[in-house]
Amino acid sequence: MFEELLLQLQNPNTQWVLIGTMLLGIASGVVGSFTLLRKQSLIGDAMAHSALPGVCIAYLLYGSKSLLWFLIGAVIAGLISSFFIQVIINHSRIKEDSALGIIISVFFGFGIVLLTYIQHNGAGNQSGLDDFIFGQAASMVAADVQLITIIAIILLAITVIFYKEFKLLTFDPQFAKGIGIPAKFFNGLLLLLIVCSVVIGLQTVGVVLMAAMLITPAISARYWTEKLSSMIIISGFIGGISGVFGTLLSTIMEGMATGPLIIIAATILFIISLIFAPKRGLLAKAIKQLHLRKRTAVEQIFLSFYDVAEGGNLREISEDEVLLKRKVTPSLFQHAKNVLEKKEYIKPSSNGKWMLTEKGIEAGYELVLQQRLYEMYLMHEMEFAHLELKTRDDLNLNAISKETKDQLLKLLRIHDRAPLLIPKSTSLGDRRVMVNDL
Amino acid sequence: MTYDAWIIITGSLVGITCAMIGCFLVLRKMAMLADAISHTVLLGIVGGYLVSRSLDGPSLLIGAVIVGLLTALLVQVLSGKGVQGDAAIGIVFTSLFAVGVILLSVFAGNIHLDVDHALMGEITFIPWDTVEWNGMELGPKAVWLLGFVFIVNLLIIIFFYKEFKISSFDPEMAVAIGIPVLFIHYLQMGMLSITTVASFDSVGAILVVAMLIVPASTAYLLTDKLLNMLFISAGIGVFSAISGYYMATVLNVSIAGAMATSTGVLFALAFLFSPKHGLLAKKRAQKKLSKATAKTATTNPGL
Repeated sequence: MFEELLLQLQNPNTQWVLIGTMLLGIASGVVGSFTLLRKQSLIGDAMAHSALPGVCIAYLLYGSKSLLWFLIGAVIAGLISSFFIQVIINHSRIKEDSALGIIISVFFGFGIVLLTYIQHNGAGNQSGLDDFIFGQAASMVAADVQLITIIAIILLAITVIFYKEFKLLTFDPQFAKGIGIPAKFFNGLLLLLIVCSVVIGLQTVGVVLMAAMLITPAISARYWTEKLSSMIIISGFIGGISGVFGTLLSTIMEGMATGPLIIIAATILFIISLIFAPKRGLLAKAIKQLHLRKRTAVEQIFLSFYDVAEGGNLREISEDEVLLKRKVTPSLFQHAKNVLEKKEYIKPSSNGKWMLTEKGIEAGYELVLQQRLYEMYLMHEMEFAHLELKTRDDLNLNAISKETKDQLLKLLRIHDRAPLLIPKSTSLGDRRVMVNDL
Repeated sequence: MTYDAWIIITGSLVGITCAMIGCFLVLRKMAMLADAISHTVLLGIVGGYLVSRSLDGPSLLIGAVIVGLLTALLVQVLSGKGVQGDAAIGIVFTSLFAVGVILLSVFAGNIHLDVDHALMGEITFIPWDTVEWNGMELGPKAVWLLGFVFIVNLLIIIFFYKEFKISSFDPEMAVAIGIPVLFIHYLQMGMLSITTVASFDSVGAILVVAMLIVPASTAYLLTDKLLNMLFISAGIGVFSAISGYYMATVLNVSIAGAMATSTGVLFALAFLFSPKHGLLAKKRAQKKLSKATAKTATTNPGL
């Protein structure tokens, strides 16, 4: 199989196709990033479908197959279709998704009418026209690849040159308009880029699957980064790799169309991103969730130890007593005990019982104080609305003003929740005074 | 019955069945999910064939329903995992469709389905593929299948009319009064899937999407009542089928394509000339309004 692949790679035709699909993947990945962030993913699908009548009309007018004329026809049809979509959304009660569906199906249906008209009534060589529906990468010739290369380079160049404008229009259209960026012009330009990438994709992956080339690499890239510039690069990279892998697979596997294989390759890369991406991937999220659960369990158990000790039991805290206050699973409890012991917050006293260490009381006091102040905040949220706390960890005692702190501490005393077990350490002297002052 | 009549009946049945379920999809803003399912059903058909090794019987319908529901489910799951709604639809339908096309191309020799067929359908051959019973010719198989699906859909709509109506117009209210919204959602997706697969064989994927979305949207521009919308949309479906068929025979072009074009023309007419929601009516109302304000402004300069 490997030798066969090497042999295939020496074939100039395979090389052309490889270059073509790779460039296509890169270009559509880059353009797709913008459409995804602008929530226009399915526009690419609409463009791809509506390109068909454009290609057919170009054929009818020009009289023979020519990728350049097809391109022009498709671009015009694509622009008209997106104009119609906008008109329908703006001037009727039809919503965006229905408008897209209407344009996709009617334009494509009309394209099929034209296609069959050409097949039945037209003269000359029309073979290969229906390749545009499903794509036929293998039929790419050197001239096609040259055209794809030129267009892909132009697309990338435009993206680089107008990167700043596109970025602004994507994230903050209002601001972009405010500083005098001609929004209409750049929206149109972006649309043109989409149409161009769709058109060069039509011959390779076909109408239906071209949408995937715009969506899948971009959404995969979104998982790996928060930055637009890196997202565009990663998306282009994923698109390019999908193109190469799909093409290689189709050269090995007899009779399998290139387009669908490219899409499958892209989908696999998406699934990998979905699961394994470092920050936003499902695995990373699950691990984070687990860590959080463990951390919370440790804190809860620690708070329970403190509660029990505060209740007067300083030396002989039994595990059942602790668990009575806060229920956690046995494995998490074991984990919490290990962590607390390692940190020297608790130590075994006698016959399986535990006691808080001085260090434990010190840390526990702080945690309990923060926890209970946060409870006060939650009980009187309207009065402390200016703090805007979301979790307990947002409550930073050193950052809030003295009045607020005093207010919270006063509430603490009113509700009889002031922590009673006060550490002896002198470094916390001021805080002890603070509580004693109550 | 004549050859033409069978084709027109088939087209009309597709039109009626699709248009009715389409109304709910348009109202629930799920038109693109319909588009997605009408593509992924291809995988269901191929899968159904590979399991049962036959193109007859219920296997294709079952396969289509399974894949249709799977599509809806996957889109839901991805959206839940934080993927943008439209991108989720795009990813799911393209990849399932790609798998379908690959399976089709691998087993193409065995299945009479080919890719063009899946897209454009073969309505012209419908009248020859007939059902026979006790030596009697009972008409085309496709008509029986479509008729069956039509009646099933009709019964479901009649039976769940109130539930469908509330969950289309006011999903929150539907949840509040205890309508099983999720069940309704998947029920409609199931209806959509069997409708799609039944229509697929005769008119192909494109026309299914057109018939699902366009007549319903057209009807939406013409009325404010759900019941009227269902009737108007079904009527438009039938009319598009008939006019499309004659257009196709005159021009000698794809029948499915011509029917889709026909729905588009009717939509354009409604979009321009609908008495209440049309572009012209709105423009006229606007003019009237600005005239009226101008008049009050001149008569009451103090205002």
